[in-house]
Amino acid sequence: MAVSFKNALKSGEFVITAEVGPPKGTDIEEMKQHIELLKDKVHGINMTDNQSSVMRLSSLVGCHIIKEMGGEPILQMTGRDRNRMALQSDLISAAVLGIENVLCLTGDHITMGDHKDAKPVHDLESVQILQAMKCLEAGKDLGGNALKGTPKFCAGAVVTPEADPIEPQLMKFEKKVKAGAEFFQTQAVYDLDNFKRFMDYAGKFDTKILAGIVLLVSAGMAKFMNKNVAGIFVPENLVSEMDSVSKADQLKKGVEIAGRMIRKLKEEKICHGVHIMAIGKEGVVPDILKEAGL
Amino acid sequence: MIVAERKPFEEIKDMLASFKKVFILGCDTCVAVCMAGGKKEVGVLASQLRMSYKQDGKDITIDEDTVERQCNKEYMERIIEKLQEYDVVVSMACGAGAQLLADLCEPTQILPGVNTRFIGMTPKDGHWVERCRACGNCVLGETGGICPVTVCAKGIMNGPCGGTDHGKCEVDKEKDCAWTLIYQRLDKMGKLDNIKQAFPPRNHAAQTNPASQVHEVYKGE
Repeated sequence: MAVSFKNALKSGEFVITAEVGPPKGTDIEEMKQHIELLKDKVHGINMTDNQSSVMRLSSLVGCHIIKEMGGEPILQMTGRDRNRMALQSDLISAAVLGIENVLCLTGDHITMGDHKDAKPVHDLESVQILQAMKCLEAGKDLGGNALKGTPKFCAGAVVTPEADPIEPQLMKFEKKVKAGAEFFQTQAVYDLDNFKRFMDYAGKFDTKILAGIVLLVSAGMAKFMNKNVAGIFVPENLVSEMDSVSKADQLKKGVEIAGRMIRKLKEEKICHGVHIMAIGKEGVVPDILKEAGL
Repeated sequence: MIVAERKPFEEIKDMLASFKKVFILGCDTCVAVCMAGGKKEVGVLASQLRMSYKQDGKDITIDEDTVERQCNKEYMERIIEKLQEYDVVVSMACGAGAQLLADLCEPTQILPGVNTRFIGMTPKDGHWVERCRACGNCVLGETGGICPVTVCAKGIMNGPCGGTDHGKCEVDKEKDCAWTLIYQRLDKMGKLDNIKQAFPPRNHAAQTNPASQVHEVYKGE
């Protein structure tokens, strides 16, 4: 898109981001196809950082490829695999490559992934990575040393509106806002009434909220997430709606539901935009946007 | 206290395969409390080995003793000379005790009889849980007496991660989320302000190993 992600956030228009996962290995063809498909339809493409603690191509290189292909990258950075030295080094490297959007995360625990015996780092967590970015922007590193050339970022973070209990999560959200988060991409939301209540609270802060839209690909996936994924709650009526069509048509139904939710979020001005996660089905993101009337 | 668990019998027996005169040395402090390496456990291991070697038809000497504290030189002096008579000494103490033993017994071979696990407490008989990572920068005063460095699987400092669910940890659904516990306790104490400001990155320099310290009175000795 012609306008940068940061400017899109500032402009007040309904912002759309999507997510691409880099490959495990050197074959980047499929990743490039997904980038090609999305780059002119969304305001930013997140490149995940060893998502789910599974070792992959780095987020930084993935973002560089997005940039080269004319897209707007959002660099995901977790504190799981790198200490403050490596994180700051990657942040200034990103800036040099023209990558300014950074989403800060604590990162899933190493035991959740495919290198369970590895040493988890967690030198900095999400709030402290945000602080590190502010520090670098002010011309110093976390050791207090002056930088030769300072980076400029658009800092983001995540929040889980469906967390239970919600209070500790909101305390952390406020710390992230204070630490300089200009935008939030939320964990998946399905119950828009709940989400509206969250926005009644979050809307008071000087930051932009992009609602997380995770594409339902089957009724089984919805049930699985309800049982196993922290902070995700798919209401019974949506599970039934997925179940109401044949297995072969459930992906289409999921696209319809995602599109319908995005349309409502935009039309009723509930939040500032959406972040679409079509995990493994990136190819249907344009269909979701079409369904949403975007 | 230091919590350890005894190594499996087969592993200990394999380690001892080439020795004829074996001494098992227990420690009657932490590892006795956690039922891994005190006088009683030394007796059990010695009996197990004697019976096993008897069944194998092997003539191996197994002797045993337990000192009050294997990590303290003062308690070790009475036994060191005797240990010179053996091919190998199995230390049932934590790693610190085993290393002092190795220093004092040189060049006699030392083998570990336990795996040292953590610094913990005893919530109920026979149960031990880790509660301190010896980080050198205690924040318990701010966090309601619950250690985020230890009790949080990620050791993070500014609230729960996104993996927490209904007060449980993403790593193990049986374990509580440290930051949910901290939040709830501080709420009860009326001290939530303690954690509303972001904690800065931790100072890991205090954990540079091997750490050491000297009491003021003993400085210069």
